[in-house]
Amino acid sequence: MDPALLLGQIFNGVSVGSLYLLAALGLALSFGLMRVINMAHGEMLMLGGYLAYLTLQVVPGPLGIIAALPVAFIGAALFGAFLHTALISRLAARPLDTLLATWGVSLILQQGARSLFGAIGVEVTAPAWLDGAVAVGGASLPYARLFILGVAALVLAALALLLARTRIGLLVRAVNQDRMMAAATGIDVRRIDLIVFSLGTGIAGLAGVVLALLGPVTPTVGQSYIVPAFLVVVMGGLGSITGTVAAALILGLVVALSQLAVDVSLSQVILLLFVILFIQVRPEGVVASRSRSLDA
Amino acid sequence: MALRARFLLLTGLVATAPALAAGPPVKVGVLQSLTGTMAISEVTVKNAELLAIAEINAKGGVLGRQIEAVVEDGASDPATFAQKAGKLIQQGGVVTVFGGWTSASRKAMLPVFQRNTSLLWYPVQFEGNECSPNIIYTGAQPNQQIVPALSWATAKGYKKYFLIGSDYVFPRTANLILKKRIAAGKMAVAGEDYVPLGGTDFSAVIAKVRAAKPDIIFSTLNGDSNVAFFKQMAAAGLTSAKLPVMSFSIAEQEAQAMGPALVNGSYAVWNYFQSLPSPENKAFVAAYKKKYGAKAAITDPMVHGYVDVYLWKAAVEKAGSFDPGKVRKAAVTLAAIPSPMGPVKLAPNQSLIQRAYVGQLQPDGQFKIVSQSPGLINPEPYDPLAFPGKTCKPA
Repeated sequence: MDPALLLGQIFNGVSVGSLYLLAALGLALSFGLMRVINMAHGEMLMLGGYLAYLTLQVVPGPLGIIAALPVAFIGAALFGAFLHTALISRLAARPLDTLLATWGVSLILQQGARSLFGAIGVEVTAPAWLDGAVAVGGASLPYARLFILGVAALVLAALALLLARTRIGLLVRAVNQDRMMAAATGIDVRRIDLIVFSLGTGIAGLAGVVLALLGPVTPTVGQSYIVPAFLVVVMGGLGSITGTVAAALILGLVVALSQLAVDVSLSQVILLLFVILFIQVRPEGVVASRSRSLDA
Repeated sequence: MALRARFLLLTGLVATAPALAAGPPVKVGVLQSLTGTMAISEVTVKNAELLAIAEINAKGGVLGRQIEAVVEDGASDPATFAQKAGKLIQQGGVVTVFGGWTSASRKAMLPVFQRNTSLLWYPVQFEGNECSPNIIYTGAQPNQQIVPALSWATAKGYKKYFLIGSDYVFPRTANLILKKRIAAGKMAVAGEDYVPLGGTDFSAVIAKVRAAKPDIIFSTLNGDSNVAFFKQMAAAGLTSAKLPVMSFSIAEQEAQAMGPALVNGSYAVWNYFQSLPSPENKAFVAAYKKKYGAKAAITDPMVHGYVDVYLWKAAVEKAGSFDPGKVRKAAVTLAAIPSPMGPVKLAPNQSLIQRAYVGQLQPDGQFKIVSQSPGLINPEPYDPLAFPGKTCKPA
């Protein structure tokens, strides 16, 4: 095999994995803490993409995409806060209803985007400093993908710091370990839920911005990443951040390396088969969650 | 929507129709996706079909009768297309239907038209390999789009071809034909890859393109995938100047929506480009823009939809009847009629005899015509290399 192609595909695998990670982190957070499956999570990506588009209308030029990152994060997080307050917190005890209700939200958001921006989607033009690629050992690593890797690494580092070093992080971990005990010690569990859910949708918003560098922003852009994101969460060991990172990288590599032998279409089938087999062998996921809430 | 279109047409009729109309208006169906993912392309085809109907009505109609268009929404869903086609024929009382875009919608409607012995006018380029007496196929057959593209590329000296497509019937069949033809021409297929419809990750495809070093890419990607593909090609430093791309699903409208800068310099083959210099085309473009806005982009399928209505009118007048069976028989014996794409006539296999043009996309979103087929091309529904022995029996 051509070593440059192999090296290139390993890089592509890590790159695809970093996209899966950004798309899946929010899902993993909200599922880990609340056992809520947010079917509208893909539309948070879409929201981030359209916010990036709008930001670039206001701030054209090379720094537009940098400005779009905080705008999309805050915009998607605010929408997440609204969604949580208006819908999800009211359905807390009925997980199946949350599933249906958030699916409905997803359809409404898709149609809303279609009505506002049109079915064909909008364009976010990558700035000139992201055009081109660096050559490493015969493989070519596009700057746009390196930028996305950087964003994913920063988000991950910030999240790890937040969870490990801040008071909010401490409270989140407490609620994650034992919701009732945490509530009994006076922690406002609902508020923690709200913060974590908004944080998760905010990260999805960031994912939407970086996706816009690679493809069009369309009403259904989130749909093509939501299935891999769910697979990452399931395989990662429900709710574990370390597991989510590992699963995203593994799945990214599975997709990229299988494409050395088969076409893109078939690699999606291989991805699904891989996850099914993995779950058969290791039902608890990459990292087994030892939180007590699972004992119940 | 349908009601409103009907109302507008009826009021237009009162205003413009002379009193000589003999008999009540004759109804025809216009069945395109007005909602859903295909709406962006199909609404404009509907517009072009309605424009032709309005023009014919203003000149006195067909056989002295005005045409009433019954507009239905196929909703980008093949099952809906089939159901609405049945409704138009059985309850709507239409004598013929203009419509369809995706091959899936056509295949879903085909049995409906056969059962009801009615007639569908299908305006979009497609993969061939089908020949129904109840459908008039005016969009390009493979030998009127794909094969001329290959002939052009061969003449330019390109020898290594990379084939990439969305994963459904048109790209798979088109590439089957291309592979046979490339092999027959003693050239090489450097690679072949398929991406799920709407897929946006081209990292591996581009890595394979780099490794294979083709002379040109032939792309049958559709819809959103095109934007992702061209973006990631640009990000990888593979611009049109370094590695030309020939696309089969990018016309003026798609180029406008994607931003011409992104696809500037890439090639397309169609039977019509908005930039064709003929007076008939200039008049058509002006009439369309007058009715639907100056920014409208005009594409090959729209013109085929427009021409379909005029072909139907000519066939009805020749047959002296609205009966679909008689219209069908008259249609294939018509003399050439003038159109925005030049004089056109139907072949005995109910497909259009037409020219193919190679265009290169310019920064203004229009195509510069860089080559055209030497003459009019007779339609071949079955490629002789890919489907040997299969022919279309004229009914």
